[in-house]
Amino acid sequence: MAFVEIDHVTKHYDALEVISDFSLAVDEHEVICLIGPSGCGKSTLLRCVNRLEEISSGEIRIHGDRITGPGVDLDRLRRDIGIVFQGYNLFPHMTVLENAVLAPTKVLGMGRREAEEKAMAFLERISLSHKANDYPDRLSGGQQQRVAIVRALMMEPMLLLLDEITSALDPELVSEVLDIVRDLAAGGMTMILATHEMGFAREVADRICFLQAGKVYEQGPPAEVLGNPQGERTQAFLRSLRKAGRL
Amino acid sequence: MTDQLILEQQDEAGRAAIWRARRSTRTYRGRAGFTLLLAAVTFLVVAASAQHIGGYAVSQGVSSLIAALPGIVAAIAAAFVLGMAASAFLKSLAASRNDDVYAARALGDEASTRSWKALAWIGALMIVTGGAWFMVVNDAAVSRTFFDLALIRDSVGKVLRAFGTNILIFSVSAVFILAWALVIALARTLPGAAGRPLRVLAIAYGDLFRGLPAIITIYLIGFGLPLTNLPFLSDLSTTSYAIIALTLTYGAYTSEIYRAGIEGVHHSQVAAARSLGLSHAKTMRYVVVPLAMRNIIPPLMNNCISLQKDTALVAIIGAIDAFNQAKIIAANNFNLSAVTTVAILFIAVTIPQARIVDKLSERDRRRMRAGG
Ligand SMILES: Nc1ncnc2c1ncn2[C@@H]1O[C@H](COP(=O)(O)OP(=O)(O)OP(=O)(O)O)[C@@H](O)[C@H]1O
Ligand SMILES: [Mg+2]
Repeated sequence: MAFVEIDHVTKHYDALEVISDFSLAVDEHEVICLIGPSGCGKSTLLRCVNRLEEISSGEIRIHGDRITGPGVDLDRLRRDIGIVFQGYNLFPHMTVLENAVLAPTKVLGMGRREAEEKAMAFLERISLSHKANDYPDRLSGGQQQRVAIVRALMMEPMLLLLDEITSALDPELVSEVLDIVRDLAAGGMTMILATHEMGFAREVADRICFLQAGKVYEQGPPAEVLGNPQGERTQAFLRSLRKAGRL
Repeated sequence: MTDQLILEQQDEAGRAAIWRARRSTRTYRGRAGFTLLLAAVTFLVVAASAQHIGGYAVSQGVSSLIAALPGIVAAIAAAFVLGMAASAFLKSLAASRNDDVYAARALGDEASTRSWKALAWIGALMIVTGGAWFMVVNDAAVSRTFFDLALIRDSVGKVLRAFGTNILIFSVSAVFILAWALVIALARTLPGAAGRPLRVLAIAYGDLFRGLPAIITIYLIGFGLPLTNLPFLSDLSTTSYAIIALTLTYGAYTSEIYRAGIEGVHHSQVAAARSLGLSHAKTMRYVVVPLAMRNIIPPLMNNCISLQKDTALVAIIGAIDAFNQAKIIAANNFNLSAVTTVAILFIAVTIPQARIVDKLSERDRRRMRAGG
């Protein structure tokens, strides 16, 4: 039994079918990269996994336990599934440290001092401890995004969803964010990432899924999907990336 | 620094067990039980009240059908709520007995939703019952003073005609206010040193008329201007004075709404417009004001409602508006029911606008959600 099983999931917005009969199984410690053209449903899929969006049919299971359908305690579920957004979404009225300790103290009931120590340890590792008492608007985009990742990690999630976490960043800031993800992958964190960074996907992913019109069009190890794609659409997508100089 | 970012490590089976332990099924027994108890109490209170109040109404000569009807409706509603609470409790029991975890979760979910629904109904029923008691205590002093149906019926024609004055004052001043306030708001947002004199004047105006109670402005203008013997200004009708006073007062408030809207437009939009070579005036005209309009329509509508109500203040300078007319009737009859008629009229014209404001804010919220 796989860790995360996305089983024949369909999602409509009114008449528009964004995800159609989508199935994917993710093992523990696996890093999955979702790639594909804009609008193919990557973000929607990630948001369905922690139920920010409701799926229309199918089911999603984690450790064999169905997390879709009525009566699932969403607040508890989301403690264990971290998500990081493209736009960081740090709370602008709180310092870096306050952002990090909010959920552990208010949701898990962790003591303030313990939470702060833990947050400082994380911030130390991403070399941002000197910014702990600054407000987010004083940080660069890359720094903000790293804090956003730390904020998610503070809850010790079992699964981490990352939605194009570098696409709002300048190229020179991208690498510092990707370093963290690389560390997490090496540490065994299970992650599903939507990304446009093919070089990074090739390096960090155990498996790459190319999405096309809400379906897995082609999947496999990075070397195969990126190096020797079988599907016509995948080839076209990669060709267009190459033409744009992004591969 | 591998694996340093993940603090705890356990084997896979351990993690799966933790996961499942955290996914316990909630049956919401406590909430459903509490709701059931409260629903039973509510039913008893409503039924007893309905009987008592209905009996009293009959003793006062109200026909027994009309007296009993509201009580019966309330009692049926209470019984319905009791049923809802009971079904919530049963669902919760079924949830804890069901071995299939998914079915149990679905049952628990239903128990929870139904409990909340029942609780909301209980709150509403209790408030309505309290209101009914308020009407009949002390030998129905409240309903006699405010709701003498015969007097309401007789006075409605006169009051309605006088209400025309309120509508006239309201509609004319609304138009003036919208235009006048925009002028003030634009003056307040004039940039740079060149704009300072007008800016200061606009600020002074705003401070003055927001600080001055509307009733005093109306009084000063309504009684003061006629004494000045100025040509034209000293021999207008009381209605016109009312319009001038309300325009001055509300112009100050409304210009603040405009200004908040204008300044709420993100500076990047201004930068974009200016970078295309649009002047300050053109940026305002084509970009800022249209963008601001969207955000300010709900607060403007609220202001509108408030203006409509404040037209009743003109009674103080002797304009025969609905309130003044009703006061005359009330004084002649030693009973306030004619004023109740005015109250009902004001409420009746306000409700549709309040709903429009709700709609607009809801639409805005939806757009924000879609955007975010
Ligand atoms: N709230 C919504 N209502 C209606 N349609 C939506 C909504 N959110 C997303 N969509 C549509 O769903 C489709 C998939 O959107 P999604 O954001 O998942 O794409 P994506 O793969 O993440 O794209 P990108 O790479 O540009 O981020 C798009 O066609 C989008 O227009
Ligand atoms: Mg996306």
